[in-house]
Amino acid sequence: MFCDDGLSQHFQIQGGDFSRAGRVSTTIKEILQEVGIDPAIIRRAAIASYEAEMNVVMYAQKADLTLKLTPEEITIRIEDQGPGIKNIDQAMQEGFSTATDQMREMGFGAGMGLPNINRNADVFWIGSIRGKGTVLIITFLLKKGGKA
Amino acid sequence: MSPYLHFLKIEPDKCDGRMKCMRVCPTEAIRVRNGKAQIIEEKCVDCGECITACPHGAIVALTDPFGELTRFRHTVALPSPGLHAQFGKEILPQKIVAGLKHLGFDDAFDLSLTCGEVSFAIQEYLRDYNGPKPVISNACPTVVRLIQVKYPSLIDQILPIDTPRELAARELKAKKAKRLGLKEKEIGTFYLTPCPAKMISIRQPAEKGRSSLDGAISISNIYGPLLSALEGVEKDSYEKDLKNICILGMGWAMSGGICRTLRIKNSLAVSGIHEIIKVFDDIEKGKLRDIEFIEAYSCHQGCVGGSLTVENRYLSFNKVLKLIETLEYEKIKACPDIREVRKKYEEGYYFMKGKLEPRPLKPLSEDLSEAIRKRREKGEIYEKLPKIDCGACGSPTCMAFAEDVIMRDSVITDCIFNLPQKFEKLSEEFSSMLEKSISMSGVQSPKKKNKDKKGKP
Repeated sequence: MFCDDGLSQHFQIQGGDFSRAGRVSTTIKEILQEVGIDPAIIRRAAIASYEAEMNVVMYAQKADLTLKLTPEEITIRIEDQGPGIKNIDQAMQEGFSTATDQMREMGFGAGMGLPNINRNADVFWIGSIRGKGTVLIITFLLKKGGKA
Repeated sequence: MSPYLHFLKIEPDKCDGRMKCMRVCPTEAIRVRNGKAQIIEEKCVDCGECITACPHGAIVALTDPFGELTRFRHTVALPSPGLHAQFGKEILPQKIVAGLKHLGFDDAFDLSLTCGEVSFAIQEYLRDYNGPKPVISNACPTVVRLIQVKYPSLIDQILPIDTPRELAARELKAKKAKRLGLKEKEIGTFYLTPCPAKMISIRQPAEKGRSSLDGAISISNIYGPLLSALEGVEKDSYEKDLKNICILGMGWAMSGGICRTLRIKNSLAVSGIHEIIKVFDDIEKGKLRDIEFIEAYSCHQGCVGGSLTVENRYLSFNKVLKLIETLEYEKIKACPDIREVRKKYEEGYYFMKGKLEPRPLKPLSEDLSEAIRKRREKGEIYEKLPKIDCGACGSPTCMAFAEDVIMRDSVITDCIFNLPQKFEKLSEEFSSMLEKSISMSGVQSPKKKNKDKKGKP
């Protein structure tokens, strides 16, 4: 299923678990550092994966995150079980948010999540089914062609 | 050999391998091999946590001995504001400065006025700054090293204004050389340090420049002699030194001491290297963008909590607060001239001369494919481990152990949880060998006979 020179790692993210939120993106960052990815790309990947992780924590029940790493690219796939997104175009606009007051008090829900992922990723794919969940595929290119 | 200097030394005779240092090390730089602690040099950021943690004093900081003073024709002591924190309002800074001159230094210069000046210079810098936020203070050399090693993407956020100790030493050398008719190298400038990290910032500056300081003497070494020297100091002999004592800079040794002088809306003070790591992780995730300035100290409560100080860090933190209160009642209130600072700022006087470069840890391999393959192997080894970070193998965590198996000298059976499996495997092999030999001996005789028959035509 997976070529020989790659690495694949799975993580679980629990919805509503604010105290542990951000651990997965920290682990991803550490893995990327260990293999010697350019710090600028690591920083973009850290921001994007953190935003994606926070979306799960804020809105979904739980999610599976898969990190795939090859010499060509980093792919982060997040598949959540949650409410889905009603209008993706709207959610991709900066400043649009459905966060509750409580989330905003904690400093989240500025409506920057998805646009921020989009801005930092080289390739961003999103699909959602209402009432079932959302899938994000975030890709960073390691050879020429990336945003670095 | 690692190209990086460190000023920590483990004395093997005193070390009995208790692993306390290994567990507190924030960058997982310590391993215990054959019952003795070792430092992986490229990972060490010289925070000194291990010095404090060791119950036997087996880890020592290599600071300069007093004898170093004889190398110079004229010597100046520059005490860290952390020195005043050891005494508090009972012995005022001007008296301490006078006491230092009785100890064998030709002169002593209090840094608080320079600290105040640099506070103004930071204000100037922050006002025009529009790069990524927050700007991170460079006062603590360990924090600068930590960013170079673990957070290279934050390197451009480090404050490029030189530290008060360097600025003052530079200025003093130039001025004194002129006045005394000496060469700059004949004047020795010694920082009285609360931590070993300053030693490295002098011998191997992070920004690849040259330090204007010639050495560092630990506060804990000077404390005793200074106490006795202070008894002989007459009050009127030090009143004039008040002109260099500035309230603004007095708080620089404690966490939050810089922030309170900056007059900005949103700043943050963090202390304790483990806390700093959490905050830096957050910055890398894009949080804390609304904070303008972060003051970060590797030691809890700031430099007052350094591993080479004498007083309890919470007491000395309190002593600084009380000292500032007391100084506010003193007659002379030295304060840097803001117009003067602005003029020097425009001339570039305060900026660091060298450039800070990242110093990221070596990847698992220089070749990306190879590095990814090794990382996968590391993950596979990690899966075989109990994941309880017991440390019995001599590596701080199971993850670090997995890396040691891939990159260093560990073997998987160094893990005591994998040791029974080794025995199990051995005993399985042994019993199957036994079975084989029994069954063989059972069928051997007919075979032998067969052979014998064949052998006999």
